Amino acid sequence: MFEIFGIPSQALFGQLLLGLINGSFYALLSLGLAVIFGMLNIINFTHGAQYMMGAFLAYLLLHYLGIGYWAALVVVPILVGATGIVIERFLLQRLRGLDHLYGLLLTFGLALIIEGVFRNYYGANGQAYEMPDALTGGHNLGFMFLPNYRAWVIVFSLVVCFGTWFAIEQTRLGSYLRAATENPTLVRAFGINVPRMVTLTYGFGVGLAGLAGVMAAPIYNVSPQMGSDIIIVVFAVVVIGGMGSIMGAILTGFALGIVEGLTKVFFPEASSTVIFAIMIVVLLARPTGLFGRGI
Amino acid sequence: MASLASVPEVDRQHEGVRSEALAAVILVAFLAAAPFMLYPVFVMKALCFALFACAFNLLIGYVGLLSFGHALFFGWASYLTAYAAQSWAMPPGIAIIIGTATAAALGIVAGLVAIRRQGIYFAMITLALAQMMYLVALRAKLTGGEDGIQLPSRGRLFGVFDLNNELTMYAFVAIVVLAALLLIYRIINSPFGEVLKAIRENELRCVSLGYRTERYKLVAFVLSATLAGLAGSLKAILFQLASLTDVHWTMSGEVVLMTLVGGLGTIFGPVVGAFFIVAMENYLAPFGQWVLVIQGIIFVACVLTFRRGIVGELAHWLRVKL
Repeated sequence: MFEIFGIPSQALFGQLLLGLINGSFYALLSLGLAVIFGMLNIINFTHGAQYMMGAFLAYLLLHYLGIGYWAALVVVPILVGATGIVIERFLLQRLRGLDHLYGLLLTFGLALIIEGVFRNYYGANGQAYEMPDALTGGHNLGFMFLPNYRAWVIVFSLVVCFGTWFAIEQTRLGSYLRAATENPTLVRAFGINVPRMVTLTYGFGVGLAGLAGVMAAPIYNVSPQMGSDIIIVVFAVVVIGGMGSIMGAILTGFALGIVEGLTKVFFPEASSTVIFAIMIVVLLARPTGLFGRGI
Repeated sequence: MASLASVPEVDRQHEGVRSEALAAVILVAFLAAAPFMLYPVFVMKALCFALFACAFNLLIGYVGLLSFGHALFFGWASYLTAYAAQSWAMPPGIAIIIGTATAAALGIVAGLVAIRRQGIYFAMITLALAQMMYLVALRAKLTGGEDGIQLPSRGRLFGVFDLNNELTMYAFVAIVVLAALLLIYRIINSPFGEVLKAIRENELRCVSLGYRTERYKLVAFVLSATLAGLAGSLKAILFQLASLTDVHWTMSGEVVLMTLVGGLGTIFGPVVGAFFIVAMENYLAPFGQWVLVIQGIIFVACVLTFRRGIVGELAHWLRVKL
């Protein structure tokens, strides 16, 4: 035990760790939003509800079918992604050519429906989700106590984030995706099925939200409003980072999580509003966001 | 790209004014008869929301800016009204002015930040700003946190009219809301309003014509916020309560829904939408959380098949401007 700026190291690093965890979720969610925005040019308001769905599906799988955390980590993103594909194919596709704001309104409506249905059956109270046995316990690092599950969340979300970045920026499939973002008509002329690519991209982005939900289930309470609580913060994160770049979304997510954690140590009353305050400063100083391009 | 609220222009100089005047007469006649046919508190509540939705529509319908944070102005105005009436023992008239002025001040600050971006970013920024102030309301002493602020009485207007009398209160709300609607109508049809519509259609061209579009957008934003605040202040006096519901993001969503259902960019659409949604919530109250689901379904249905809204469709069908 030692102190930094009069704060015991346990408290400081503990909050830093919590911040990093929150940052993992901000990064995963804003990454999904950025991927979807790139291809569909809509901001997916349902993202929070889909994250909540991921957490609930993990809970339901465990309690009704006895399917545990590790399987849920694979199954749930696929299920949530599949619902996303249905939404894109049957609803969002019909808005093509209209003002982007209609996409926002439609996905907002869907978010209300999903949240309403879960609230109807589970009320506003949270459900507990047991941590997988392999990840219980933790290590004492001397300057702080590191629970295994939290370490796992940070490492795994880093892997997923950078894996996604690699897939989009460095592979052939990713190059098609980026080309279709720039000029869909030209890419179609090359014989690539762009509408299907758009559908799959939405499914993938939504699947990421579902994955984040599974990972969040053992840490936070699984509750119907967990999605709307986090999505508004993630919107602020997206405004700060700008949606132009995948790496930008990832870095901003982690960085803001850490800033939030540090604020909790030094000015606890401001911790819930600090990200919004940063958003205001960024907008006044650099309206396009830290990594943004144009409007 | 189809604009979000492009209303087909039909010989607007003559036809437009006549159909609008007729609709206004119908509205006034309805409001005169309503307290004797319907439950007055219901009509007053719907009127507050009608004003709220019209204020919101001023931005989305005529400037093309979708604010997802209008609960910020509605809710904080109602807090300040209730606070002034309770803690400073202000009469209701002054309390409403204090609440409305608060919304105007918040509108200037939020507007300066939000108008730096457009489109979906504008929506996300307004939502984030409103959420920030919701979290402040949750913690602040002034708002009473989870309990909110309750008023023992509605008070006396100008020291003469006892607002605890249902009909007096009704007359007060109806007159204030109608006056505010008239003001909005005048704003929309002024030279200033024409510039706003031009910004909605093509902002870059307006800039090239020498208009300082930022200033126009800021003024429109502040006007919208102020009128939303007036609606919130009225509601606080009406229900003798200011609570977290009014600053929550669901309230911002509700006003979007009312305007969408009634018709974006129409004069009377938000009024019809507000009555529709308030009536629906009244009847569906026993179904609890399903209200949220039904609101969501209406959102989806409107966006997919009914983008003009009730009044927009009617105007399109009758080929008039409403």
